[in-house]
Amino acid sequence: MKDINHTPKEGGYTCVVCIKQVPDTKKVTGEAMKADGTINRAALPAIFNPEDKNALEAALSVKERYGGRVVAITMGLPAAKAILREALACGADEAVLVTDRKAAGSDTLATSYILSQAVKKFNPDLVFCGRQAIDGDTAQTGPQIGEKLDCAVVTYLEKLDLDGNVAIATRDIGTGVETCRATLPALFTVTEKFGELRPFEMRRVMKYKNAEPEILDCAAIGCEDDRCGFAGSPTSVNKIESVVLAGGEFKEIAATDEGIGALVAELIKDHTIG
Amino acid sequence: MKNTQGEVWVFAEQEEGKLSDVPFELLGKARELASKLGVKVGAVLMGSGVEALAKPLFEAGADVVHTIDDPALKVYRNKAYRHAMVELVKEVNPQIVIFGATHMGRDLGPSVASALRCGLTADCTDLQIGDYEDKKTKETFTNVLHQIRPAFGGNIIATIVNARNWPQMATVREGVMKPLPREEGRKGEVVKHPARLEGVEIPVEVVDIVRRHSSVNLKGSRIIVCGGAGVGSKENFKLLHELAAALGGAVGGSRAAVDLGYCEHERQIGQTGVTVRPALMISCGVSGAVQHLAGMQDSAKIIAINTDKDAPIFKVAHYGIVGDLNVVVPKLVKAIKGK
Repeated sequence: MKDINHTPKEGGYTCVVCIKQVPDTKKVTGEAMKADGTINRAALPAIFNPEDKNALEAALSVKERYGGRVVAITMGLPAAKAILREALACGADEAVLVTDRKAAGSDTLATSYILSQAVKKFNPDLVFCGRQAIDGDTAQTGPQIGEKLDCAVVTYLEKLDLDGNVAIATRDIGTGVETCRATLPALFTVTEKFGELRPFEMRRVMKYKNAEPEILDCAAIGCEDDRCGFAGSPTSVNKIESVVLAGGEFKEIAATDEGIGALVAELIKDHTIG
Repeated sequence: MKNTQGEVWVFAEQEEGKLSDVPFELLGKARELASKLGVKVGAVLMGSGVEALAKPLFEAGADVVHTIDDPALKVYRNKAYRHAMVELVKEVNPQIVIFGATHMGRDLGPSVASALRCGLTADCTDLQIGDYEDKKTKETFTNVLHQIRPAFGGNIIATIVNARNWPQMATVREGVMKPLPREEGRKGEVVKHPARLEGVEIPVEVVDIVRRHSSVNLKGSRIIVCGGAGVGSKENFKLLHELAAALGGAVGGSRAAVDLGYCEHERQIGQTGVTVRPALMISCGVSGAVQHLAGMQDSAKIIAINTDKDAPIFKVAHYGIVGDLNVVVPKLVKAIKGK
């Protein structure tokens, strides 16, 4: 906004960005399907969740414009170090992996609890999450971390300016675009509209190629056991049904009342239409 | 917390004193769930000066409208709405709370669930009442909410339950549930509650809202009906709108259709338009140029309708109908309306 006098906070801003390594669900093809029709997650490439890249970009842009530092945090298996190294190569200053057997089976409530505990350790001014991850598409973990931090929560962020202790944020509210002033600390969930993640810096790629992140377990961040993993997750999966027609599967429907009626019945049965 | 006699609640989302469509859809489903459970349907109406909105909620199926009317709730803000809602849930103790999976619902629902430490299932496409057996503990739970949603990029359908930490909460995709026919004059009970915001610091101030004039929301649509050059005329495009309306979906067009003036530019799907991944794409008279396919081939299900059986669109489609869309589309509309 033009009329804002941007006074950065002294010493810059501490930004934490929560990122996730996800299976590339866009690459579900016949080869990624098991014989029983379920997905073989291991056959899918593990990638940096797309909107978490936008969240990292938001954090890096704050550091670039106003000064400060960027801490990238992920929760997951040690393989997730790959995305932390990507974050370092793009400009993050620190990388943290929260990994613990106790975290296994966490739903969004338990995940947000564990991540919020890790975030608190850094006492950030700004926390950024991708709007949602492509494996679950829930968009719940971000706002739930914000609730636990009891800070301002600004979802669907498209644009951000800072003025001292206040964030001037533009967010998508579905029916329009809202501009709000949020007093820091604040958590933002970021959409692709914020802008693409800047490219790697070659120098940093080499430097952080084998970098080891700081590794924390649930105890190190003060988590109560019964709020982590299965124990801390109120939701359970009762049933999973595969709906993917393995790549290239094709059904010809007759252009008759009977053919079309049967197609509609099939779409209702598999919950594609209500 | 487990209140088996608790109401089934719908969050009655409103902006600028106008209810959005989604509470009406949710009330249809809530009625079905509540009658199975033998309990009342409650609508939660929050805002400032919104008491007049209770009437349409009763006519759409609510038995009770819980209102929280407070100047601090005039514009949606996470902290204020969250706090008021959490306190209301604690006070009244419903067994089910359903939000629309709109921007507001997906902001509020997770925050409320987090504060109450209960489960929440996002973007459900169906809700049912059923039993659940915990395979580990062998415990059986009767009459729990089965929350059905697509996951993993739309490649699987998961049924989620939240058997222990009630209330059971879900957000539901827009346009999936069917509103009940309006029952004029249907009455219910209004229960007024305080916002309880004294001493609560709200760290966000809304400065400005610019409403979108466009009603086209392709990205947010679960179902898209897309037309190509084969539609033949702007007039014929109306058929596509009819089909989309029957399904609660949106209408898109290929670049060719936009260039021919059959539909507006903002509806263009493809590399130079929007990229979409709906649960269902119904492609009508689209040949399937690569640039178009790039913008829609990740749709979970694709139905292609084309007179040319060799059209490339059939290569990415899951269902193909070789025929004239002017014949096929009305048949589809009829089958959907008659289901």
